[in-house]
Amino acid sequence: MSAATTPLREIAKVIRSKNAGPFEITLDIVFKTKEDFEAVRQSGVITKELVSQLYNVPTQNIITFGFFDLINAVKITLPRARAQGGVGETDMHAAQQHVPLQEIRVPWPVVS
Amino acid sequence: MIRSDGLAACGQVNMATASNDEIRILTPSGMLGYGFPVDHFRRGLALKPHAITIDSGSTDSGPQKLGKGEMTCSREAYVKDIEVLLQAQHETRIPVLISSAGGDGTNLHVDVFRDIIAEIAKRRGWQFKLASIYANIDKAHIARELRAGRVEPLGPVPPLDPREIDAATVVVAQMGAEPFLKALDESEGVDVIVSGRAYDPSPTAAMAIRAGFDPALAWHMGKIMECGALCAEPVGRNVMGYLRQDHFEIEPLNPEERCTTASVAAHTLYEKTHPFLLPGPGGTLDLSQCKYEQVTDRRVRVSGSRFIPSNPYTVKLEGAKTSGYRSIFIAGARDPIFIAQIDGLLEKVFAATRAYFSDVPPETYRIIPHLYGKNGVMGDLEPVTTPAHELCIIVEVAAATQSLATAICGKARTTLMHAPYPGRIATAGNLASPFTPLEIPLGEACEFNVYHLMKVDSPTALFPIRYEEIRA
Repeated sequence: MSAATTPLREIAKVIRSKNAGPFEITLDIVFKTKEDFEAVRQSGVITKELVSQLYNVPTQNIITFGFFDLINAVKITLPRARAQGGVGETDMHAAQQHVPLQEIRVPWPVVS
Repeated sequence: MIRSDGLAACGQVNMATASNDEIRILTPSGMLGYGFPVDHFRRGLALKPHAITIDSGSTDSGPQKLGKGEMTCSREAYVKDIEVLLQAQHETRIPVLISSAGGDGTNLHVDVFRDIIAEIAKRRGWQFKLASIYANIDKAHIARELRAGRVEPLGPVPPLDPREIDAATVVVAQMGAEPFLKALDESEGVDVIVSGRAYDPSPTAAMAIRAGFDPALAWHMGKIMECGALCAEPVGRNVMGYLRQDHFEIEPLNPEERCTTASVAAHTLYEKTHPFLLPGPGGTLDLSQCKYEQVTDRRVRVSGSRFIPSNPYTVKLEGAKTSGYRSIFIAGARDPIFIAQIDGLLEKVFAATRAYFSDVPPETYRIIPHLYGKNGVMGDLEPVTTPAHELCIIVEVAAATQSLATAICGKARTTLMHAPYPGRIATAGNLASPFTPLEIPLGEACEFNVYHLMKVDSPTALFPIRYEEIRA
């Protein structure tokens, strides 16, 4: 493993967040190539535990967490902190909750 | 595979030749009312589609539609888009299916769409047969089903409290393909369908299922097309779907856009809980074994979709209630001595405000700060702990009446404006106010309070249909 690390925002094609219905938020990380996807998966950095820590959600409450080969993507779905659009809302569409994922650092470039 | 009494019955003049091995669906946009390029739409019509489908539903912009009867787009925007669709119907005689009228798909908005359609027909001298399908669900029925244990939370939602059913302004259910099939079959030659709340892919799926094609492929194609050409690169509006016996193909109608295997496969990530398991009325679409092939540089072929029927059949209920009134103030802060102490200062200011309004029961109102430049977007999840050099402070107050919300908001603002703090040398005022009114009334607040699955004996019984002949 290389000692150098790079934030995901410099590696992934898409890192985004959005509502999945009024009670869930879903986060997508889509990679440019199968090789990038596999390298990040192999690094073992992206885990349920990391998501739990970044989004302050107990691991057992994570609705979806997975690496999906067919689309070279990581998909994470979490309960929303509050129902969408009620009193105290800060992000109606949950469109700006992806930033902690951008800053995840993975060993990169991969030294084989 | 086209039934002799099926698609051919939907139109008589200039009807695209219904082939036994293909049904073509044209979807002009992912959202009726947002507008779409008419030249690309006309290009799609030249390809002789068998139907035009378009969805206008979404919960994504908030609970105020269901809670207060608002629509996603203006009436004018709907008139504009619907007129283009009816023009196409008039020319080609193919059916036009519009789902989730107004965004929330309440009876109120089905009738608004029905009136828009009738007005346009009158003005343009067109006539056709219209079916309106309604999706409001009787609250007493939901309460009975709840008592019978047939209503369950959908995802991370509390179990349904019967009081919430009463509190909801209105409750709708998402219909599947069956009510559309019923409308098409019961009234031979129905030309236009406008429906209340529907699962977004239902109109497209209904047309394909009715023509005898594989429901799994029908639902999957509907799932992609309900977003228009969002599956293309760059994303667009008009899209054409070609469904055949063991696959379907998808192609955007803007020649500048292309569908790629990656863009189509990744489409089901968007706003979905899971990329490959998509639950809907009557079952779950399983896309985990799908195959995506690039047919041309702009067209993708999809096969391997699976549909797992659910037993019993369930529909999703959606409801929202009003929850008091809100007022806000918006103010800037630039003084670094003030910004460094903002959290403690707000706490003191809110405590003083609450003390001043000691005659108002404290549980009946809320004061919530939004601190842009600190954690306004992410709240407690914000990883950056150093505030910016200037803050936008928005204080949100929710209370039982508008005047009380504004009064509490005003007290909080004036108290913060003049609050002393250690090290204060700017003694004239703490806030830079950009707007009047200094306190801004926001009207009624709404919240989603019903988002549950209900078991049903019949996929059509809850969705009454009204047929009528629209004449000029």
